[in-house]
Amino acid sequence: MAYSEKVMDHFANPRNVGEIPDASGVGEVGNSKCGDIMRMYIKVEGNVITDCKFKTFGCGAAIATSSMATELIKGKTIDEALKLTNKAVMEALDGLPAVKVHCSVLAEQAIKAALSDYYTKMGVDPEPIVGKIKECDHDHGCGCESCS
Amino acid sequence: MRKVYADNAATTALSPKVLDKMMPYLTTVFGNPSSLYQIGSEAKEAVEEARETVANLIGAAHPSEIYFTSGGSESDNWAIKGVAATLMKKGKKHIITSKFEHHAVLHTCKALEKQGFEVTYLDVYENGIVKAEDVKNAIRPDTALVTIMYANNEIGTIQPIAEIGKICREAKVLFHTDAVQAMGNVPINVVDDNIDLLSLTAHKFHGPKGCGALYIRRGVRPDVLIDGGAQEKGRRAGTENVAGIVGLAEALKIAVQTMDERKEKLTKMRNRLIDGLLKIERSRLNGDRENRLSGNINMCFEGIEGESLLLRLDLAGISASSGSACTSGDLDPSHVLLSIGLPHEIAHGSLRISFSDENSEEDVDYILENVPKIVEYLRSFSPLWDKIKSEN
Repeated sequence: MAYSEKVMDHFANPRNVGEIPDASGVGEVGNSKCGDIMRMYIKVEGNVITDCKFKTFGCGAAIATSSMATELIKGKTIDEALKLTNKAVMEALDGLPAVKVHCSVLAEQAIKAALSDYYTKMGVDPEPIVGKIKECDHDHGCGCESCS
Repeated sequence: MRKVYADNAATTALSPKVLDKMMPYLTTVFGNPSSLYQIGSEAKEAVEEARETVANLIGAAHPSEIYFTSGGSESDNWAIKGVAATLMKKGKKHIITSKFEHHAVLHTCKALEKQGFEVTYLDVYENGIVKAEDVKNAIRPDTALVTIMYANNEIGTIQPIAEIGKICREAKVLFHTDAVQAMGNVPINVVDDNIDLLSLTAHKFHGPKGCGALYIRRGVRPDVLIDGGAQEKGRRAGTENVAGIVGLAEALKIAVQTMDERKEKLTKMRNRLIDGLLKIERSRLNGDRENRLSGNINMCFEGIEGESLLLRLDLAGISASSGSACTSGDLDPSHVLLSIGLPHEIAHGSLRISFSDENSEEDVDYILENVPKIVEYLRSFSPLWDKIKSEN
């Protein structure tokens, strides 16, 4: 298994690390049993995501995909952020090893979880807009929601 | 930048002295040991000399009890599948092993379960050591084989092999040990330890990759695993890896000769590194502190994931290993760490450092400079670490 130079760059120098104290939305996906947790913070002004930060517990790919996902939605409109796919994150990183694809799914879901939280805080039901958040895409028989 | 290779449990560098011994058999003396002419018989002589050396070094009664193989995995497969096939005919369909064996043993046992064997997986407890008494209690009239590793590959814990050997001999049950990690690091005598079959591989003690051996005590007849020509007395076919075999014997000779000295040096380094790393908040040592290989350190650091720790260490020039799920390509962390009772989330944050004679106290300093910094950095943006801190 080898990571691309871009993955290694985002792992070695992750962008947008940290928290946003007055975040408009915070989303967290993954669990410690699987070995990865991503927490995303977004700051929304008008219709634009003016800031995005992350905290991640996980492998090199989990950190790199978190970093890249924040870069991809920062300065974008909410509509654009809603269209972010794990494929786009992977492509921006020049690909991921097959066993690490789930990290990019987690990054996409973390952004969506933050957007859901934003809508919830605004008093809007997020599910019709954002869809259902998958906590992780593993099937590890641990009995968590994503296993069933 | 300083380079520190600290993954000697994965593989070791080939010793230049060993390479020198091998070179003639990779160049001028390239003959097939089965051929009659000069360079064939010279190659044959080299193989037989190596066989005698290995036999002497492990205390075997006869050189003919040493069979050369392609490595540890083949030796384990042959010992277990071979004995199983032979004794199945006598109605013996039970195997005893431990929960934290190498996959070459565990997956072989799983394969035999599919063929109708029953396998008992013994507990290894929190300290990572099998209890000989448990082996005794698990033996049944239909037990074909007991297979327990000499030392664990991840946490380095040394098993009570002589005690287990005695129990098996008294119960007239065959005993195999995977001594891949222990060989050259702890004194091994197959006769004193009552071992019937023993696996070893050259690349763990500065020999070449792709060459190992299986000790089979005279009178024990495991079925043949690799059919073909008459090499190895017709019990393991295939043209001999002459250079590899010569290298294996030379490397083992050096390892055994330097064992005591090395043990003293590495034990000091190991203990200093363990003490230094234990100063990190919420860290723990995995496996018994005393009863472990002198070069093995295995630690967990809560709130971080092992692969990112390894990649950061690599950026700092340090090569090490981890039992996290992400490094195994699996969803679960190491079965060894789970077997000693670690919860998944802690097992994900493991680090294995394994030293050889080529490491120095300066390497310990360099690791102690880097690991705490990296752990602190990764924790600074770990949501799991936030949770751990807020719960306390």
